[in-house]
Amino acid sequence: MHVTSSVRTPLVLGGKTYADVTEDVIRHVEGKPTKEWKIALGLSMVVLAFGTASVFWTWWEGLGVWGLNKTVGWAWDITNFVWWVGIGHAGTLISAVLLLFRQKWRTSINRAAEAMTIFAVLCAASFIVMHMGRPWMAYWALPLPNTFGSLWVNFNSPLVWDVFAISTYFSVSCLFWYVGLVPDLASIRDRAKNKVSKYIYGTLAMGWNGGAKSWSRYEYISLILAGLSTPLVLSVHTIVSMDFATSVIPGWHTTIFPPYFVAGAIFSGFAMVQTLMLVTRVVYKLEDYITIEHIDSMNKIITLTGSIVGVAYLTEFFIAWYSGVEYERYAFVNRAFGPYWWAYWAMMTCNVISPQLFWFKSLRRSVSFTFLISIVVNIGMWFERFVIIVTSLHRDYLPSSWAMFSPTIFDIGDYVFSFGFFFTCFFLFSKFLPVVNMAEVKAIIKTASEKLPKNVSGVSKDERLAEASK
Amino acid sequence: MASHHDHPLPTLEERYEFTSESKRNLLIGGAVGLALVALGAYLLSQGGGHEAQEAVAHAAGAHEAHGAAAHAAGEHASEAHAGHGHAYHWSKRLWANLWLNSVYFTGISVIGMFFISYNYLAQAGWSVIFKRIPEAMPAFLPVTGTIMVATYFLAGHDMFHWTNEALFDKASPEYDPIIAGKRPFLNPTFYVIRMVLYFTLWYMLWKMVRGFSLEEDRVGGVDNYEKSIKFGTAFLVVFAVTSSTAAWDFVMTIDTHWFSTMFGWYTLASWHVAGLATMTLTIISLKQHGYLKSVNESHMHDLGKFCFAFSIFWTYVWFSQFLLIYYANLPEETIYYKERFSGYGGIYKGPFFINIFLNFVFPFLLLMARDSKRTMGVLKVACWAIIIGHYFDFWNNIMPGTVGANGGFGPVEFGMVLIFACAFIWSVKHQLTKANLVPVNHPMLEESLHHDIV
Repeated sequence: MHVTSSVRTPLVLGGKTYADVTEDVIRHVEGKPTKEWKIALGLSMVVLAFGTASVFWTWWEGLGVWGLNKTVGWAWDITNFVWWVGIGHAGTLISAVLLLFRQKWRTSINRAAEAMTIFAVLCAASFIVMHMGRPWMAYWALPLPNTFGSLWVNFNSPLVWDVFAISTYFSVSCLFWYVGLVPDLASIRDRAKNKVSKYIYGTLAMGWNGGAKSWSRYEYISLILAGLSTPLVLSVHTIVSMDFATSVIPGWHTTIFPPYFVAGAIFSGFAMVQTLMLVTRVVYKLEDYITIEHIDSMNKIITLTGSIVGVAYLTEFFIAWYSGVEYERYAFVNRAFGPYWWAYWAMMTCNVISPQLFWFKSLRRSVSFTFLISIVVNIGMWFERFVIIVTSLHRDYLPSSWAMFSPTIFDIGDYVFSFGFFFTCFFLFSKFLPVVNMAEVKAIIKTASEKLPKNVSGVSKDERLAEASK
Repeated sequence: MASHHDHPLPTLEERYEFTSESKRNLLIGGAVGLALVALGAYLLSQGGGHEAQEAVAHAAGAHEAHGAAAHAAGEHASEAHAGHGHAYHWSKRLWANLWLNSVYFTGISVIGMFFISYNYLAQAGWSVIFKRIPEAMPAFLPVTGTIMVATYFLAGHDMFHWTNEALFDKASPEYDPIIAGKRPFLNPTFYVIRMVLYFTLWYMLWKMVRGFSLEEDRVGGVDNYEKSIKFGTAFLVVFAVTSSTAAWDFVMTIDTHWFSTMFGWYTLASWHVAGLATMTLTIISLKQHGYLKSVNESHMHDLGKFCFAFSIFWTYVWFSQFLLIYYANLPEETIYYKERFSGYGGIYKGPFFINIFLNFVFPFLLLMARDSKRTMGVLKVACWAIIIGHYFDFWNNIMPGTVGANGGFGPVEFGMVLIFACAFIWSVKHQLTKANLVPVNHPMLEESLHHDIV
């Protein structure tokens, strides 16, 4: 028997029964698409169309359409890539690490966060493919036996490690997400009124029957996947950080990069989850499931990871001075006070200072303030990558080759593409799949509900009302 | 509250008794330690047992060491500097050992506070039942703190190259511009202030939280719980900064030229897992002596998971630091590993690999299976490996920069560890007698009593 201490805040409000949970979540899947949803999806698709045209032109003309120059050979492309991969960390952290730590509040946000992760990783991958210039050669990134003589991937390169790390992470995230979906897909199947959806959801549910054996396997595989993906959460951004840290560029080569990148990734990922969940809970009226307590907990993690990132910034700055290496010192002074000072201070303000406001309980529990900060954090995290990449490159060892970077319309358009893609995917997900893991929320109702109805396995509220009005 | 266990819950009233037999054993242990140190010191002063090493040191090691120092200082270091002001006296090894053990046991002690604080912040329930054990650990901080401050004043010159004033004097032939550049940070006044600050802050915050915990036993309610969350969080904020700066101060500045941004978190990871292993070992030991009856297999399982996970975490930071330095191959950074790998006649190479084996390979393989984390015997072996392993970790980080070619394992090392271990155990036992072993009024106690995981 599990006991819940009375000092814990409830995680499910409104005295829900099991049937209520199904009803509240599934009605968005079963119902006709709303006008708002159609408008939102339409807008995303317009943005996606514009972005696609931009990406098409990038491939047609070549990477010369970007604003890169001989000194700054990496700019928005890698910035966007790292930014999206970072955002893609929260989903698996919530589903895996928080599962291992038995955090019950993960149950109502894990589904959407995992979906978000998958789309974010796809967005990140799109920048790699764009960057290849000749995307039809993308398979060259894989260590495949080939007939090109000695042409082989460079195993010494962290860029190749990236291919392995991110594709593994993507596979495991998809698997985790899908396994979690199976019981809910079966619920949709069982309630489906027309043959087409019964067939589609039924196929996807893979014959789930809700038996004790199925549940036992479900829990077992969840734990195994959690155990596997926890090191993956760390490995992905560790290896992304090594794209930079294995070099000898001042400002890039620093040993703290791996854990510091991971912390930053979780930081931005949680911020993105907040942005999406705060909208979803209102639009789908899920305030009883995604409560202020959930928002509060996520804000605490944002403050924690933001502070870890802050400590890392200060450590880098201090050690650059302490090392006595003049190039390192210059790199950091140039970041803060050079021509890109505005990017540096945008990063500092957004990432280090703004999350500290969450020390105030009232701000941490304010929905509108949280929404604002969640966006501010992701702006800050984009600037962080921009600062690391561009300001470290633009003034290299040879002052005669110093340069600035300015983005062209195609740098911007390709970035816009990823937003169009991301939101199109997310809106489709939120319509056709349940945004909250019904099965797992039901599992915590008895221990974490604010007040239990007399009969928790009774009929849903709507049916009760219909019954009463008869 | 009914339990699904067949047997009724054992009583929560448990007073720990620090028996006179146990006191006697600890005193004997300490005395043996002292005798070993004395014997070791005598042998060292006679140059006994170290002819082989010294021969090596003169043949190859010394050359290597000088080369190393010269390298680290870039073109500014002269042979005179490397050889000068560093004359080896046998007492240096005593001081280095004193410092090493103080740093190590400081870490283990402060991790007790760290553990309690993050458990409060995370609203953890499962750990409440044994929380008095981590709570007892930081009481040792004043001891190690005093020893460290005293050692710094008595033998700072033996430990820290940067305490040599000539390095900062432009007129001196020993002038070292790189070290001179670190003057605002590496100067005796600021250093002592920092050291005192760390111990004061850590100890005072622990005192507060400990006070709330004991008061909770007397008065009940949730006020003390709320206050513990606040002060625990305050500690975490303080420790977020001071754990890194203390790691630089206590260990990194020994190799004065060298630097690594990871070093703070790497040391924290080492301290953390060593502290967890000490905690787990103490809990098992108490349980085997008939205490902590309500600690069940699920608690053991979770403690095992912590030791397992944070061993991997330590390996992760260790490896990240190593790989990035190895890969970039910058002389001012690789020198650190070169000294430990092939420097000083290769005497540090063995411990270098023992470190990885005991702290990663062994606990990783041993604790992987679920049942091993639920078997106290296995858990004990793993905890011992981790505790010994992290001693090697600190040994390997402190010795090359202090005693160089004269490092080794002899009576001094074994004796000093014995003294510190006995003193630490004494301190923990003494704290355990001060309160009921189970915090009976903790609001999460019921959760912990019914802790049951698969």
